[in-house]
Amino acid sequence: MKIVSITKTVHDWLFSIMPEGAASIVEMVLIAVAYLAFFAVAGLYLVLLERRVAAWFQLRLGPNRVGPQGIFQTMADALKLVSKELTGTIKADNFLYNLAPYFVIVSSLMALAVFPFTQEFQAFDINIGIFFLIAISSIGVIGILLGGWSSNNKYALIGAMRSGVQTISYELSVGLSLLTMVLLTGTLQLSEIVEVQKNGWLIVQGHIPAIIAFMIYMIAGTAETNRAPFDLVEAESELGAGFHTEYSGMKFAYFFLAEFINMFIIAAIATTIFFGAWLSPFGITDSIPWLGVFWFLGKTLLLVFLMMWFRWTFPRLRVDQLLTLEWKYLLPINLVNIVIMAILVWLNLTIKF
Amino acid sequence: MEKIIFYILAFIIVAFAIASVSSRKMLRSVIYLLFVLVGIAGIYFLIDYNFLAAIQLTVYAGGIIVLIIFSVLLVHHIEMELEIAKPIKQIVTALLCLIGLGVFLYTIYNHPFQPVENYTTTTVNEIGKGLLSYEKGGFVLPFEVISVLLLAAMVGAIVIAKGTKLFDKK
Repeated sequence: MKIVSITKTVHDWLFSIMPEGAASIVEMVLIAVAYLAFFAVAGLYLVLLERRVAAWFQLRLGPNRVGPQGIFQTMADALKLVSKELTGTIKADNFLYNLAPYFVIVSSLMALAVFPFTQEFQAFDINIGIFFLIAISSIGVIGILLGGWSSNNKYALIGAMRSGVQTISYELSVGLSLLTMVLLTGTLQLSEIVEVQKNGWLIVQGHIPAIIAFMIYMIAGTAETNRAPFDLVEAESELGAGFHTEYSGMKFAYFFLAEFINMFIIAAIATTIFFGAWLSPFGITDSIPWLGVFWFLGKTLLLVFLMMWFRWTFPRLRVDQLLTLEWKYLLPINLVNIVIMAILVWLNLTIKF
Repeated sequence: MEKIIFYILAFIIVAFAIASVSSRKMLRSVIYLLFVLVGIAGIYFLIDYNFLAAIQLTVYAGGIIVLIIFSVLLVHHIEMELEIAKPIKQIVTALLCLIGLGVFLYTIYNHPFQPVENYTTTTVNEIGKGLLSYEKGGFVLPFEVISVLLLAAMVGAIVIAKGTKLFDKK
């Protein structure tokens, strides 16, 4: 209730003191700033979370000196990165070299805009929600390819090539597994997908095929974000730092932040599609709508934790294993799964409360 | 408001289209082309045709441009520059472009456009029903023909990629 009334008050206030055109522009800018702030804060704290989780998995302490439990550690790191020199290579293609980080960061920012954080808190409720997400996520890889090529560095080029192969292959699985769930919802709009889940989260409604789709989605999603065990793109023992070997300072930080935000996005899509977005389990807090934000972020962070768990548990795949996994296992399973789901919906075998 | 956004988008599209054909570095012109395609997607968003905009982004920006970049990555070194064409070629191309532009502008200015009132955005539901309907105005035949074409292309790609055997195992 409170969040809703705050946005409404700001909206009314803006339109009362300004002409309509100016007010709507100011409103757009405010929303953009809010999302940028969220982007930065979430990115930094996901980095901290990752380091603490990694330390926990490896029986270490992790960063715990800067502030209580190390909560200012990544802020300090970011400040340090801002103050660093931006090095470049003379023989690089400077225009593309400087452009590449923005591709990655803009595409992940655009994807953030469509998530329904609560019933009322959604910047852009487009009627093709999921499809828009898939479309946007396919652009981010261009930034990686460009960064790798324009650095004029062998390792960066190899890293970029691997990233291209990996992303193009695994995009198929992400798309198809989401399509499996669209069969259940009958709509692509994210707010309507959440409406459908008021009769039970989709992973319960679709039971067996939905769980298979979720597993495929998580595997393919991890691969999309270039995280271990699929991190051949930046395999440090083989390629230096992969596609961002030549980047330093804030430009490197853009790639780094975008990687973590992409992980958040993958988890947020899974939350929205499979786990009912801001809906509380069994509707226990339905009377307090603004608690939806906590449910949404809680579920998302749980899935982020799952992805970190993958990272610190599995060894890195070889490139042929990576492609075999996608083309010989995930894709056929996925196609059969769609047919099973279609039959399920057709015969009305879904579970609804 | 919409007018301003339209002009900004149109300027971006035209400027990057010219940059794309005049750049002498191959990957740069691919990126300019990407901006042109994204600008067109922006115009689709502007007229509230979200589905086509997303298709534009997935197929052109995410698919074709990535493939082009990938092939440039494989064959092109960073220090290489494209040659400048001979003057005769330049003149002929310019003339052909002008003729094309003339035909295009003539048709646009002679076509009686009618403003649509009460426009509602096309939903995915309508598009899906339109694609699979076999009644009047349905698109099931082209849809099936295109899927056969895609299958043929896929078989062809596999045959080419497999190549011929270099020697018999006997």
